[in-house]
Amino acid sequence: MPEWLTQPDFLVERDPERCIQCEVCVRQCANEVHEFDAELREVFSDSAACVGCHRCASLCPTDAISIREVELEFRTNANWSPQVIRNIYRQAEQGGVLLTGMGNPEGLPIYWDRMLLNASQVTNPSIDPLREPMELFTQLGKKPARLEFAEDGALQTQIGPQLELKVPVMFSAMSYGSISYNASEALARAAHEVGTYANTGEGGLHEHIKPYADNMIVQVASGRFGVDVDYLNAAAAIEIKIGQGAKPGIGGHLPGEKVSADISATRMIPEGTDAISPAPHHDIYSIEDLRQLIYAIKEATRYTKPVGVKIAAVHHIAAIASGAVRAGADFVAIDGYRGGTGAAPTMIRNNVGIPIEFALAAVDARLREEGIRHDASLIVAGSFRCAADVVKAIALGADACYIGTAALVAMGCHLCQKCYTGKCNWGIATQDPYLTRRLNTNIATRRLTNLLQSWGHEIQEIMGGMGINAIESLRGNRDHLRGVNLSDRELQVLGIQMAGE
Amino acid sequence: MKRIRIYEEHCIGCGLCEVHCLVQHSRSRKIIRAFREERDTVLPRVQVERDGYLSFALQCRHCDDALCIEACMTGAMYRDPETGAVLCDTDRCVGCWMCIMACPAGAIQRGTEGKVASKCDLCIGQDVPVCVINCPNEAIVLEDDDDE
Amino acid sequence: MATNRLLPFKDYGGCSIVGVMDQSGRLFGGDAVIRAIANMHERSNGLGGGFAAYGIYPARADQYAMHLMFDTAAAKAETEALLHERCFVHHAEEIPTRHHPNITGEPLVHRYFINIEPDADRPFMDEDDLVVELHMHINAAVQDAFVFSAGKNMGCFKGVGYPEDLGAYFRLDEYEAYTWIAHGRFPTNTTGWWGGAHPFSILDWAIVHNGEISSYGINKRYLRNFGYERTLQTDTEVIAYLFDLLIRKHELPLEVACRAMAPPFWADIERMGEDEAAQARAIRAVYGGALLNGPFAVVVGSTGRMIGFSDRTKLRPQVCARGGERLYIASEEAAIRTICPDPDIVWHPDAGEPVVGELNVGVRAR
Repeated sequence: MPEWLTQPDFLVERDPERCIQCEVCVRQCANEVHEFDAELREVFSDSAACVGCHRCASLCPTDAISIREVELEFRTNANWSPQVIRNIYRQAEQGGVLLTGMGNPEGLPIYWDRMLLNASQVTNPSIDPLREPMELFTQLGKKPARLEFAEDGALQTQIGPQLELKVPVMFSAMSYGSISYNASEALARAAHEVGTYANTGEGGLHEHIKPYADNMIVQVASGRFGVDVDYLNAAAAIEIKIGQGAKPGIGGHLPGEKVSADISATRMIPEGTDAISPAPHHDIYSIEDLRQLIYAIKEATRYTKPVGVKIAAVHHIAAIASGAVRAGADFVAIDGYRGGTGAAPTMIRNNVGIPIEFALAAVDARLREEGIRHDASLIVAGSFRCAADVVKAIALGADACYIGTAALVAMGCHLCQKCYTGKCNWGIATQDPYLTRRLNTNIATRRLTNLLQSWGHEIQEIMGGMGINAIESLRGNRDHLRGVNLSDRELQVLGIQMAGE
Repeated sequence: MKRIRIYEEHCIGCGLCEVHCLVQHSRSRKIIRAFREERDTVLPRVQVERDGYLSFALQCRHCDDALCIEACMTGAMYRDPETGAVLCDTDRCVGCWMCIMACPAGAIQRGTEGKVASKCDLCIGQDVPVCVINCPNEAIVLEDDDDE
Repeated sequence: MATNRLLPFKDYGGCSIVGVMDQSGRLFGGDAVIRAIANMHERSNGLGGGFAAYGIYPARADQYAMHLMFDTAAAKAETEALLHERCFVHHAEEIPTRHHPNITGEPLVHRYFINIEPDADRPFMDEDDLVVELHMHINAAVQDAFVFSAGKNMGCFKGVGYPEDLGAYFRLDEYEAYTWIAHGRFPTNTTGWWGGAHPFSILDWAIVHNGEISSYGINKRYLRNFGYERTLQTDTEVIAYLFDLLIRKHELPLEVACRAMAPPFWADIERMGEDEAAQARAIRAVYGGALLNGPFAVVVGSTGRMIGFSDRTKLRPQVCARGGERLYIASEEAAIRTICPDPDIVWHPDAGEPVVGELNVGVRAR
């Protein structure tokens, strides 16, 4: 049946004055949008297949290609938006669940943009981070409530294992499988170079990435792929993944065709079989089961590594996070509803979960109320776009942030949201060797390193402006945040004051 | 000397090196004009070899023991004493193609403009050859020859 | 006036501070410290000043001297009813004052010498805890009443005006103490309120502070974890509560407590010996919420002890001197020389380095 109701999302326009028929675009598009007609010696483009990834336009030597979103040709309707109508056409034609990739693109409020930061004026000198110390060093892990000293002044208290970050930003869980080996390696190398951590996701720890394992957090998720005692002991920390912001309550599925020999060896599953991560862990049906797994992992690693829990930001997040802390988690990672994914049902991604800003504010307040904030560090995830977002999150109460999408964008991702197709023209979310080689790990490592370092500098600049020279004085310091465009209730949940107050 | 090193594992087969090489060796050195006017007359001196997903860009290796120089009967093929590059003096070249026969890399072509050999000249007058500058994946890199 | 209770979150300003301690325990009159703080007149703007004195009530040294201010007689009645309900009030009296032309709008100021019986239902609360609880309860819940201080054998005297005028008003020349600390205030954005002047005090801790705490937002939340939440109104109060928490409750050695509030930089920790570095790392890991960031210099009084310290980059002035048995800490050297023209030694302590004066061995805080 023809897909006669489906209009293309994009219009590829080729400027005939500029096009030199060099065919670079033809070779770069895995979606086969561009085709060279040998007889006419001319390149033609089929807009219908275009996903808007800009690979062709980026490499076109004469800037002959422009890609526009197809303009609204439906009658204006605030309720039945073009996207909604198109989704129905697609489902009516194909049946099944709508799939998508990356984070929630809907126009829901971005609360980071409604919080503004403070700076010193007169009564308090601002600090120039280029000339004076400006400390971002962050330790993640359980800390005692107080220190004890012996009569002779010797420190008695032992502090458990901590992750040590030079920049309070880490790379969030992205599995080898959902992203290419090259992307995985670049993340690991950049984390190593900068002095932070990258998370393996549920993709196992590739043999070639083991040299960077001191800067890796390994994940134990519901499929348990790649998990054995060596995997746990190789890493700097272990994260039990309960949920993901883009698809709370949903498992994962790596189709068998992507399970190559290399992925099969890394995930410890047979080649070509579907890698299915169930929605729940089938050995965790309650908080006490979570505690068992946390302590099983702590036993397996002889209590030498922090063991944390990653949860999606959902309605009762404060109670859930508190439970995880009481279950023994050394850190809790909370992933907000704008968090990214390689593949998720569109309806879930766009409608399930809550904003990370509220989740973080509620969890930090709750853990303080219960007097257990020191028992675990808080890592937040779910679309941190810039250094200011990170600073705002830390001021709200986070210890560190995870970035996923921002890291991918640094490597070239253009947010076309087609990760699940395996045809990533940027060589990131694909296993096709023709495409993966487009991501030179040296370039990607350099770009990721640059990104973290530039964010680090920006965080330092902002802190210096506030007159704060250690990140612990920013952490949870909500006095440095003011709200705009927020209702009283929103301000109350965020625990911040209105601008002007 | 500085040599062009090819990282086959990073070559994505896009062909931008060929495009820019052609422009560099055109009369106008303007990309759109070069392709309009000289596409059929100027040859890129780098060629991308492709086989499935594998590819790499090949240009003259500027060998230390250049067989093309030995094979050249007119002395057209010579080594630039300053840069160490192997160059072809087109005034002397008579198009006997012995260099093509001798080149182990297959990096010399019959020129399309006159009966002379066409080969990489490391972009005379440029610090960095255009194929190196324009490779989007750093598969063509200018490196110091440390082996010497 | 009730509206004056709406203090700003932070007490911005310049300010002058001075502290004098006689380490031999010899008591001396308040006139000296008044002259010293008067010397720094230009550092304050008449919107607040105050003093804390240690050793002034030797006859009632085992009783908590609660200095209270009331804006209304009703507040006084309500507070007294509360005191009689919760405490044993040994003695109550108006704090003697002397009319001063520059001091206006003065509230009622009274002092009560009290003890609190341990509460059988709450065995984990000792008398100190109960006094703190009462102190915070009055400040938070009793309209128009405010506790200046509630420590043993010490007291705070403070209000709106220049400190030297307030010293005269409170007749401090008639008291004798072994430690005097004083403050002249230069608030930039608040109308003065008597309760908002320095020193801030909890139990026998009293703090005078020059500076602004940029980490106030987290310090206050950190203290809330430990129950200090009722009256946190200014950043100076935060310092007083931190001292109480770290030294009284967590029983940290004084140097460790100061280190928690003004810790060494990580770069310096890397250069330390193994044990010292381990201790510093532990302090920074555990007491990040107690780190005081921003420009400040403080003088802290407590029974038998006076501490001066500044932020870890020393963005506010602090100079120390010693003359005979006396330790002097002040914002300006001139203030010290006003009352001790020929000190044995004058020095500028390093950023974050605490200067501690303690009563000599064998001397009891009387």
